[in-house]
Amino acid sequence: MSTLWRVADVVSAAPETETSRTIGLRVDGLMGNLAGQHIDIRLTADDGYTAVRSYSVATASKDEIIEITVDELVNGEVSPYLVRDLAVGDQLEIRGPVGGWFVWRPTDMNPVQLIAGGSGVVPLMSMIRAHEASENPSPFRLLYSLKSPQAGFYREELLTLGQQSAKLTVDYVYTRSVPQGWPTAPKRLTAEILLATIQPPDANPDTFICGQTIFVETVAEWLVEAGYPAASIKTERFGGTGGTR
Amino acid sequence: MGIISSGFHGRRQTGNPALPPGQYETRSFPVLTAGPAPNIPTEDWEFFITAEDGQRHTWSWDAFMALPQVDIRTDIHCVTSWSKLGTSWRGVSLDTLFEDVETNCKFSTAHSYGGYTTNIPLEDLLDGRAWVAWEFDDEPLERAHGGPARLLVPHLYFWKSAKWINGIELTQDDLPGFWESNGYHIHGDPWREERYS
Repeated sequence: MSTLWRVADVVSAAPETETSRTIGLRVDGLMGNLAGQHIDIRLTADDGYTAVRSYSVATASKDEIIEITVDELVNGEVSPYLVRDLAVGDQLEIRGPVGGWFVWRPTDMNPVQLIAGGSGVVPLMSMIRAHEASENPSPFRLLYSLKSPQAGFYREELLTLGQQSAKLTVDYVYTRSVPQGWPTAPKRLTAEILLATIQPPDANPDTFICGQTIFVETVAEWLVEAGYPAASIKTERFGGTGGTR
Repeated sequence: MGIISSGFHGRRQTGNPALPPGQYETRSFPVLTAGPAPNIPTEDWEFFITAEDGQRHTWSWDAFMALPQVDIRTDIHCVTSWSKLGTSWRGVSLDTLFEDVETNCKFSTAHSYGGYTTNIPLEDLLDGRAWVAWEFDDEPLERAHGGPARLLVPHLYFWKSAKWINGIELTQDDLPGFWESNGYHIHGDPWREERYS
């Protein structure tokens, strides 16, 4: 089933930041996705040329509509089209959702630590949404490293959830500019800041890290050195796959 | 032909016959792994092959390096759609490692340090089609890319080329490994686009 290309209708397209947007896709017969899965998107030019890229799903529904958030890459082949040109009412082809590893299921009862670098927040947002929609009481904590407040995805939703959810904590590390009134200057994420801002090893969290390769590598190394079992850490990178998530 | 995206032009690399269907060429060397990279000093490294009769063949790093070494120039294809053409490796052919192994098994499971596994039919490992590689572009293989040594089975999608390779267990049946249990194809031939299960 997941190997077949299926036609998707673009049902929504809303800017997320200046360089990204969230696209809603409706696929007949689709039954949602597991939180953290991705889809492949195929674009076909008028002469038959095709290009395929993978994008993480941001939503965690059980229905025929899923959303992806695409960040435009400088010199990207597919992302500029998806961010700038694709319109509601257009069609494209998708394969999936696929992936059974970098996923969170509502039956998973461990505490969860999510660590996002930039647009790596997309599959983690899917997990947050699945968790919020479920009865699962495990504590979730998101550490979101981003350049500036303006670069944040799902800003309103994360702000609201961070303030109102009894089972989600959201922490931000701003690397280039901070919101007005923020208590600290912009700073790079360090091991010290990381370890002070996430669930401790003795909480036995399942940890999901997503971001560019160097971010993921670095954070995963820090966690292992700090005593988090390697088997409890799941990673997903997008820097090298064409950087297209 | 599928749905046309008017205004989409793309980069047009698919005229290159070295690219399997659905692949595009990259010049960088992306890193894709499921978790943190294990750290294995070569003095602790060992490579094993086990067969159905319980026989276990093992090589220390020094013994492995004393085997005939070959240079390999090959294209590699990742299931996430990138291909890297004309990569240079150095390592030991699995034909060499299997010289003294007697088996009736038709399948194998490659085991990595850190617990990763992937299943590969034995015929895909022999006849000059697979290696244990420890050098990339004339440099020792970086840990992020699977160093000190990784399996190299370039005619299959690159998840079959297990990083941090520890050994190969011969099996009677084709038993799904890590990604093969997580939505990916049991075999993984890029020319047949065997991406997902």
